[in-house]
Amino acid sequence: MPDSTTVPKKTEELGKGSEYTIALLGNPNTGKSTVFNALTGLRQHTGNWPGKTVTRAEGEFRFQENRFKLIDLPGSYSMVAASPDEEIARDFILYDRPDVTVVVVDVTRLERNLNLVLQVREITDRLVICLNLADEARRNRLEINIDELSRQLGVPVVLTAARYREGLDRLIRCIAEMASGLISPQPLKRRHETSLHPGIKDMVSRAGEPGADIDESVHEKLMGRFYAQAARIARDVVTPPGEKKLFDLTRAIDRIVTHRFWGFPVMLLLFSLVFWITIAGANIPSRWLSALLLDLVYPFLKQIAVSIEFPWWLSGLLIDGIFLATAWVVSVMLPPMAIFFPLFTLLEDFGYLPRVAFNLDRVFKKTGAHGKQSLTMMMGFGCNAAGVIAARIIDSPRERLIAIITNNFALCNGRWPTQILIATLFIGPLVPAHLAGLISAGAVLVIALLGVGLTLAVSWGLSRTILKGESSSFSLELPPYRPPRFIKTLYTSFIDRTMFVLWRAVVFAIPAGAAIWLTSNININSKSVAEILVGFLDPLGILLGLNGVILLAFLVAVPANEIVVPTILMLIVLVTGAPGAGEGAGVIFELDSLSRTMDIFKANDWSLLTAVNLMLFSLIHNPCSTTLYTIKKETGSIKWALVAAFLPLVMGFSVTFLVAQVWRFFS
Amino acid sequence: MNRFNAEGTIDKEESLDNLKIGEKGRVVHLSSKCRGSERQRLIALGVLPGTVIHVEMTSPFGDPVAYRIRDAVIGLRNEQAQLIRVTPL
Repeated sequence: MPDSTTVPKKTEELGKGSEYTIALLGNPNTGKSTVFNALTGLRQHTGNWPGKTVTRAEGEFRFQENRFKLIDLPGSYSMVAASPDEEIARDFILYDRPDVTVVVVDVTRLERNLNLVLQVREITDRLVICLNLADEARRNRLEINIDELSRQLGVPVVLTAARYREGLDRLIRCIAEMASGLISPQPLKRRHETSLHPGIKDMVSRAGEPGADIDESVHEKLMGRFYAQAARIARDVVTPPGEKKLFDLTRAIDRIVTHRFWGFPVMLLLFSLVFWITIAGANIPSRWLSALLLDLVYPFLKQIAVSIEFPWWLSGLLIDGIFLATAWVVSVMLPPMAIFFPLFTLLEDFGYLPRVAFNLDRVFKKTGAHGKQSLTMMMGFGCNAAGVIAARIIDSPRERLIAIITNNFALCNGRWPTQILIATLFIGPLVPAHLAGLISAGAVLVIALLGVGLTLAVSWGLSRTILKGESSSFSLELPPYRPPRFIKTLYTSFIDRTMFVLWRAVVFAIPAGAAIWLTSNININSKSVAEILVGFLDPLGILLGLNGVILLAFLVAVPANEIVVPTILMLIVLVTGAPGAGEGAGVIFELDSLSRTMDIFKANDWSLLTAVNLMLFSLIHNPCSTTLYTIKKETGSIKWALVAAFLPLVMGFSVTFLVAQVWRFFS
Repeated sequence: MNRFNAEGTIDKEESLDNLKIGEKGRVVHLSSKCRGSERQRLIALGVLPGTVIHVEMTSPFGDPVAYRIRDAVIGLRNEQAQLIRVTPL
């Protein structure tokens, strides 16, 4: 260990076997997470900060046999916390005392970012500045005098373009040298200008205490000085481009997407495109998957069961029940999600999504919600569970709850097959053949838009009743458009979103499959439990313009919306003895031809009313168990999960009941 | 409300939401009605006396409006912009 009174000689080698904690801090939209991912690669995991629903990402990298634990702090504008995110960042630096704090700075917006750097400098001087987005600086022909910046700040400054992995080696080396004490920070030049007060450290830590009152005029003066100094430093080190940029792509695109006339049509067009690509693109992979799992793996498993002499009920339960249900969920759910989420993430990466929230904020504000709910709603069209998690982008707990509870009305991927099938079979035939496809698609679109309308209406209702309160403070940064990283996006969105949701769905499909098989094969008084339940639910079903089969299917499909249709088909075959293609009872199957599917519905006396109400009920019923479980975890409250479960269910019953009465009255 | 500037002439002062696209204003102060975390957030974003704010664009509904504040483009609702007093430039 070097003697603390001597300055260690700068050597190439660090000590070995040490472990350091490094904090990663920065304004939002600086590419901080790109830096984090580039440094940690796969050696990372995400979770929550204790007691909060803010994502905590932690990872690790190694350098010369030392371990560096990297904590990605939430994006912050200031150390004087105005939001839970900033509180977390501030608390970590103040109390957890990382060995080094790396501040990621957007090199094209130095003045603004330096404000945070100067504030952090007051709390800790063990900083390394990561000047990120060098590729954009080059594109804008910006020149930065890095040595001068480093000299003025008294800490190392490294220029990087994390997206292209430029400058990372130097960054790691600087971090390592600072952590191990090989280099020491120098005093900030002209420090006295910002030391107005006993210190921002004092103000920052006092701001964390409950009931603390920041002296607002002092706060303002202090911030003014930080910004003034940031401006001065920026002026000293930045050389702006020689000639004014001829064409600002971001501005040009924004003129169109926020245009009074063109803004919304462009938005609708873009999202329709996303949905269309998802549906069209998922079709074939879905068939392959179901062919693989149902035609190949399923018989194979049955053969194994026979050869190791499983009792019929065990092979029935495990293979006919659990495996088939899971196979169904996977083949229906995976392909659309594997397309929808990456597309969505690409839009996000590109920078378009804040513009959507910007355009729609007024609508959501009028209902008492937050503009960002438009984004969680869009996410919900992929999967409601993902939409619920996405609600973390909304700071205010009240507005976040509204977003979470209403997310169910976004028609998720799992319900599209149901809607499309019913529309094709029942609505299409109502018009001439050449229009059938268009009208069926139109019917599904109407349902989806109805869902959007319900989202707004229920948000309005909630904010007037059980979730009353003030609109939160709003600020939405609109970063410049950046070319999205296609491969990276596909990969990370696949792991983060698609696989994650799929995993949870499989977990819940297992009990569903078991329940289906059991109720179909356990007989009481020579009738299967399923038949008894169908009979029991029939009166209620008919009242709602549905029937017992549909209700039971929804009951069993609480785990996953994908299995509603196959369960319905299976139950009809079971109950009516209609010719079906499956073997045995309680076996979920799919029919290859639409007309054979229609035959089965007819055997169960389905009418147009049944179809319409089924589409409505599929939109307005309780969330699937994956979503409910996610809601419970995100809100930490069973009460809200129950509200989220029963509110849509009650609404669904009411709507179908009303429609049924009106329909029957007029026919 | 009008203010006397250094030359003794009057600077008009109005709230930010009165500016149109393409116009700019220099911040005079934040209204005292703006307090708590709302105020801190605006200050953290750089809305301080002396800062020049450009009006970049509006959403199709006219609310919120995107302002360029110290090299960042930030969307603010009209009710927030009303709390920011500026001198048109």
